[in-house]
Amino acid sequence: MSTIDDIPRPFVKPRLGKDDWIQRGFMAVIALYLIVALALPLYAMLSKAFSTYTFDLSQYEVQVSDEDGHFTKPVENIANLNARFDPPVIGAGSTNSNGRQKLTGLFPDFSFRSPVMYRFRGTSPEAVYLVGSERHTGPEWLELDSNTFRRVVIRPVKHVGLANFTTYFSTPALTQSVRNSLWIATISTIITVTLAFWFAYALARSCMRFKGVFRMVAMLPILVPSLLPGIALVYLFGNQGMLKSFLMGETIYGPIGIVLGSVFFTFPHAMIIISTALAISDARLYEAAVSLKASRWKTFWTVTIPGARYGLFSAAFVVFNLVITDFGLPKVIGGKFNVLAVDIYKQVIGQQNFEMGAVVSVVLLVPAMLAFAIDRQMQKKQVALLSARSVVFEPKPNRKMDRIFFAYTVLVSIFIAGIIGVCQFAALIKFWPYDLSLSLHNYNFDLMDGGGWGSYKNSIVLAVLTAVIGTVVVFLGAYMVEKTKGFEKGRALFQMLAMLPMAIPGMVLGLAYIFFFNNPANPLNFIYGTMIILVVSTVTHFYTVSHLTAVTALKQMDTEFESVSASLKQPFHKLFRQVTVPVSMPAILNISIYLFVNAMTTVSAVVFLYSTDTALASIAVLNMDDAGDIAPAAAMGMMIFYTNAGARILHALASRGILKRSEAWRKGD
Amino acid sequence: MLNLKSFALASVLAIGATATAMAAELTVYTAVEAEDLKRYADAFNADHPDITINWVRDSTGVITAKLLAEKDNPQADVIWGLAATSLLLMKSEDMLEPYAPAGVEKLDPKFVDNSTPPTWTGMDAWVAAVCYNTVEGEKNGVPAPTSWKDLTKPVYKGHVIMPNPNSSGTGFLDVSSWLQMFGEEGGWEYMDALHENISRYTHSGSAPCKLAASGETTVGVSFAFRGAKSKAAGAPIEIIVPTEGVGWDMEATAIVAGTDDLEAAKTLVDWTVTKKANELYNSGYAVVAYPGVAKPVKFFPEGLVDAMIDNDFEFAANNRSAILAEWAKRYDGKSDPK
Repeated sequence: MSTIDDIPRPFVKPRLGKDDWIQRGFMAVIALYLIVALALPLYAMLSKAFSTYTFDLSQYEVQVSDEDGHFTKPVENIANLNARFDPPVIGAGSTNSNGRQKLTGLFPDFSFRSPVMYRFRGTSPEAVYLVGSERHTGPEWLELDSNTFRRVVIRPVKHVGLANFTTYFSTPALTQSVRNSLWIATISTIITVTLAFWFAYALARSCMRFKGVFRMVAMLPILVPSLLPGIALVYLFGNQGMLKSFLMGETIYGPIGIVLGSVFFTFPHAMIIISTALAISDARLYEAAVSLKASRWKTFWTVTIPGARYGLFSAAFVVFNLVITDFGLPKVIGGKFNVLAVDIYKQVIGQQNFEMGAVVSVVLLVPAMLAFAIDRQMQKKQVALLSARSVVFEPKPNRKMDRIFFAYTVLVSIFIAGIIGVCQFAALIKFWPYDLSLSLHNYNFDLMDGGGWGSYKNSIVLAVLTAVIGTVVVFLGAYMVEKTKGFEKGRALFQMLAMLPMAIPGMVLGLAYIFFFNNPANPLNFIYGTMIILVVSTVTHFYTVSHLTAVTALKQMDTEFESVSASLKQPFHKLFRQVTVPVSMPAILNISIYLFVNAMTTVSAVVFLYSTDTALASIAVLNMDDAGDIAPAAAMGMMIFYTNAGARILHALASRGILKRSEAWRKGD
Repeated sequence: MLNLKSFALASVLAIGATATAMAAELTVYTAVEAEDLKRYADAFNADHPDITINWVRDSTGVITAKLLAEKDNPQADVIWGLAATSLLLMKSEDMLEPYAPAGVEKLDPKFVDNSTPPTWTGMDAWVAAVCYNTVEGEKNGVPAPTSWKDLTKPVYKGHVIMPNPNSSGTGFLDVSSWLQMFGEEGGWEYMDALHENISRYTHSGSAPCKLAASGETTVGVSFAFRGAKSKAAGAPIEIIVPTEGVGWDMEATAIVAGTDDLEAAKTLVDWTVTKKANELYNSGYAVVAYPGVAKPVKFFPEGLVDAMIDNDFEFAANNRSAILAEWAKRYDGKSDPK
């Protein structure tokens, strides 16, 4: 006997069954993960950016004696003393948590040889001052001779305010980085998108040969850390470079190096997006153009470009975002040319100025968020261009054009394969440029700073853990968002959380993790400095693309499955296990290889989070290059490359096997 | 059955008893080279097998930042091998336990904190020096410099690399030594002139010398020990001690205030000032705190110890923040996009 409530009807709010509660529980757990691993750290970072430090002069009092050491003059408040000068000796500007302020400037007659004595105290228990390195607090009077009084410095107090941002925007050295970053990202975007467009065009619209090889070469940069091209460029165009004369006296350390390297590492990303855009163009439009006797040139501008425009915009914003948030490449080859991502590193690691690091992070968030938002809009419109009646475009042979395209793709492929080849060459040369004999000496990582072979093992562990845990978390999350009924608001919120990581640059995420997890009051403090925090940060950093892949795969599955299984009173996990997962296997494999490769190459988020025991191969590349051990850095970079290439081959084999099986299943074997 | 049970109980008790006897475990923060840590721990454990050292190692900047971040909830028991300027920052935050290690009076007083009792003791010094590539020097017509002032001559334009003091301890000790030697004003004037000749600033202190060794630059401002290592590896370089004197910093040891096991911490720190410990330091550093221990290191430049300036660590620590800000304002990002 079935009651009316058991019949699924779209407009009646169904009663929540056991399954629904379990599903919501899962969604809540994964949402909680995203909140703890993303939202709360970002909040901690923002609050740090608004912590400011100033010297509260009114908290200190001084009394000066006469030449005989008698304290006959009145007690003076330091703030009043300062106000008597025009302009004040001690400016009202802000400082950082390490700030120190001397006081002798307030006494124009001060001489450290003078017999004058000083009495000094803070008026509140919070007032902190140092005599040399000795720390003093509170309202006890301290009597000091002139020679000791010159060693007195006061310490700042903490407030909440915008002062860090004021300081930031009034420091030309720092704001110059904003211009530098925007400039570099714009130039690299224009060059990469142009190169990638013609490359994708050659693959999609010509009948040249070896397309498969070219496509594979174009994908190679994904397998290496973004700082590897920097190392290759040093060997090619550095002061001892093989092709130094090509630069005609310009230095590779600076904008030229960053742009060249950026073009290399962003090329595959732009190429994939534009290829997709070109692939969905409608052949009927070209037929119409031919029958209207439009020239090839005109057809190109009126049909091809408008058809691919969203893809081009999307590629441009993705490349822009990648370049402006990249840290490894400008660190290796930036020279004196400062960019935002490197500034964060310098403020935090170099100056221990965490507040200013957080401020630069907020500044970097603005263009990254904007580029991300625009890209999302473009991709939505792109999909809408597809219609069911579209006819797939088939290129026709054209000898002359095919030859030109072939020559062009060969040139670009030489650039890409050449960069990687140079790194392998560099790794095998004993001591460039003075001893060119071949040796494996540079693979003795244990003799260098950076973590040695242990860091390579750690990277493998991180990549495997990230791939396994990440895939489970991401796929479950996507399933709950896509296939559950009701709970619209919760699902929308979850979807928003899942999109957020892509807009957060890795450096910013890493810094936010320091603020959040390195806080002793945080119950999760214990994961700080362990492999767990590296896995969590990497899964979170690459969450969005994986989530979108999973959602797309799940959207392709008919919702009938859920309805049928529900009406057969089957629990959802049975359907999930027996149907959803096997059918989505290709997507699941894609997510895991994506996570694996990125975990091997990522530098930006983990550079703030690794510890001695969890040094990573990508960080070792950075640190060895940093210490001037460039050849071993190249050698480690190539280890990452071969590992990723091997993983990709395994992935291709596994996908083929699974596709065969699922194909068989679809045929109903 | 009963017998078995009591046997098991007895062994548990026995293990418990042994565990109490060797309960001492110390968390030690360090910036010492990773390859040296095991030797240090092994040598210490040869004398004190009952104390286990758990190392936490990173670069000077990172360890300093970590210690400052944990100010209110210290995780370390002992700091063994961190720049004295960093330890002075800790001292000014009241993070160090004042303690005079047994035998501290035998050390060169330059290597001991001037408070009584001292809050830290030095281990060894790392000293600035200039690495000069003779092959590239001849090729580019760049003569070997003999003094810091030489490096501001026009002939060196574009041939000098030095570490960025904001990220490198070596870079900071150079800058602080120039400010001490040439005076505040003279120091900045010197750096203004030097900046004209610098081709770039590196993040690490050893990089300039390694880059000089590989011919990427002709002159690299770095530290002497790095130069000696590169020269031993066959690089065509000379290690030059500028005539005005050279800056230095020392690696030092201290007990972190609030440690759970003050006795074990004291035992460790007592050991770190022994002659035996100093002999260990000597394998990595040419200048150590214990007089008469240091044996010459191969290719180490002559006259280096005499050239070490009378370093005012307090000046360096208390002005660090202001100096770095001023440096960044003047030289960081001065280059414009072309």
